[in-house]
Amino acid sequence: MKKWFAMAGLCMASVLALGGCGNSASGKNGQVIVYNWGEYLDPETITMFEEETGIRVVYDEFETNEIMYPKVEAGATSYDVICPSDYMIQKMIANDMLAELNFDHLPHAKANIGQQYWEQSREFDPENKYSVPYCWGTVGILYNKTMVEEPIDSWSVLWDEAYKDNILMQDSVRDAFMVGLKLNGYSMNSTDAAQLEIAKNALIQQKPLVQAYVIDQVRDKMIGNEAAIGVIYSGEAIYTQRENPDLEYVIPKEGTNVWIDSWVITKDAPNKENAEAFINFMCRPDIALMNFEYITYSTPNDAARELIEDEDIRYSEIAFPDLKQYANLETFQYLGPEADEMYNELWKEVKSE
Amino acid sequence: MKNHKLSRQMMAAPYTAWIILFIVVPLGMVFYYGLTDKTGAFTLENVLDIMSAEHAKALWYALGLSLISTLICFLLAYPLAMILADREGNAKLNRHSLILLIFILPMWMNFLLRTLAWQTLLEKTGVINRILEFFHLPSLQIINTPYAIILGMVYNFLPFMVLPIYNALVKIDPNVISAAQDLGANRLQTFLRITFPLSLGGVISGITMVFIPALTTFVISKLLGGSKILLIGNVIEEEFTLASNWHLGSGLSIVLMLFIILNMVVSAIFDKEGEGNML
Repeated sequence: MKKWFAMAGLCMASVLALGGCGNSASGKNGQVIVYNWGEYLDPETITMFEEETGIRVVYDEFETNEIMYPKVEAGATSYDVICPSDYMIQKMIANDMLAELNFDHLPHAKANIGQQYWEQSREFDPENKYSVPYCWGTVGILYNKTMVEEPIDSWSVLWDEAYKDNILMQDSVRDAFMVGLKLNGYSMNSTDAAQLEIAKNALIQQKPLVQAYVIDQVRDKMIGNEAAIGVIYSGEAIYTQRENPDLEYVIPKEGTNVWIDSWVITKDAPNKENAEAFINFMCRPDIALMNFEYITYSTPNDAARELIEDEDIRYSEIAFPDLKQYANLETFQYLGPEADEMYNELWKEVKSE
Repeated sequence: MKNHKLSRQMMAAPYTAWIILFIVVPLGMVFYYGLTDKTGAFTLENVLDIMSAEHAKALWYALGLSLISTLICFLLAYPLAMILADREGNAKLNRHSLILLIFILPMWMNFLLRTLAWQTLLEKTGVINRILEFFHLPSLQIINTPYAIILGMVYNFLPFMVLPIYNALVKIDPNVISAAQDLGANRLQTFLRITFPLSLGGVISGITMVFIPALTTFVISKLLGGSKILLIGNVIEEEFTLASNWHLGSGLSIVLMLFIILNMVVSAIFDKEGEGNML
């Protein structure tokens, strides 16, 4: 029994010690609380930011926009900087959750982010007042050349019986329905009940062929040859190809989602000035380059792209595709609470089938 | 006398505060959200939504899988608990503390990590299949199926079945067993009529402690079921995290609570000795 107490004490002590680290005081210039996607920047850049500015960064991560939103809405943690996607930014603007940015504090953003990305941002942030583009890309099919015979150019391959138990689908409602809607030639922003019903039935029909519904794990499973085909964000494609040269990324001919993830500041951000300093720092060309090389998601930072040494990457069709050559590209729109509910309900029907 | 009473109340204050803050208040919130709609008006709709096709199916699935897991846990745990409680065998080798240690050791690791490890083991190109392949044996294809979920449940919750049964068995007075044998009972009769009935309290606690976490889990089905099988725990989790419909999530939680309370009532009737309380 004595031994037991000793071990328990040891465990408690180590827990307390770990907890203690997390509570250390904020930096000499205060702190900034950042809520970003998992593995979505080079941790080294945070250390550099802290050293240069004396602002301590409290860093937290989310896996999908849908997981992020209720946490911010509930306000349990008052995040300063968040990095949501296009439609979610639109929703947050609609619900008055974001602060207007003071671009005088964001000189690097103005100077380095390409004009076309500001224009694209107007789809969800009409006056470019709330958001600074951080990453962009497409959603497409990643396939393993050794497991797939014919060339792939269509979403319909995800319904091919030959790949039963070899398909990885995205486990998030809008991405999954995007595939189902595009396959049938509809807009991925459809709120038409009949069209959504068709997309739902397509997804139900597909379910027996799907190996698993996953999010970030598509990457590791494809690298590990677990599956032949996976739906994936273009930003992961370069990384996966680096790890497994048999993998190939393609944008399906029916069209797909072109997305932007942008930095925004919350309405009641306790550290708004620090938040702007953080966003500005992330737009510095050398920092944007470090992040691009670490996460391999396409950067809208033109100055950083110029600094990429590897020409294959700088002109890569995957990282920087010429979007004009693809038809039916769209960006997600926020569809309002009723449509959100309808999507969630239909998705639950798919998942419980 | 009065002072003594006061100091006892003072000592209890932290626990009272704890219970109110972390048990009573959250439960109250669950009931508040579960019994109101988005406008704040009283409704039973969230609770009754369990009848809808998707929710009923998720509940049946969860009940089925957790019952099977509980049964498997029981069948595995009872013989083990008997080995642990066997005094004569243990005296020589001190083996019982070793087995107990082996059983408790993995519980020091994070539950999520252990479940993720099973994913790596069971995958198509995972560790187990590579070993099978090396020996030219047929591969094991259970990842992303209900079998993998049952495996995950049994693996994670088995210690919660072993320990209460073990506790019940060691408490049995050896003289009772000797008396049975003196009176001519054979080993099977002794087991069926003396040992097993006396350990029933532990069995019931074990069943409760396996069945409830298995019924409510959402992590195991997500990680080992490939998100293809929706259990009631997954439905509730997604109502909170994805759909941000706290009302429906709470309403379904209330239904789940009924099953848990039912289970606890049953165990309270049998487990008067409180064997399960050691954990």
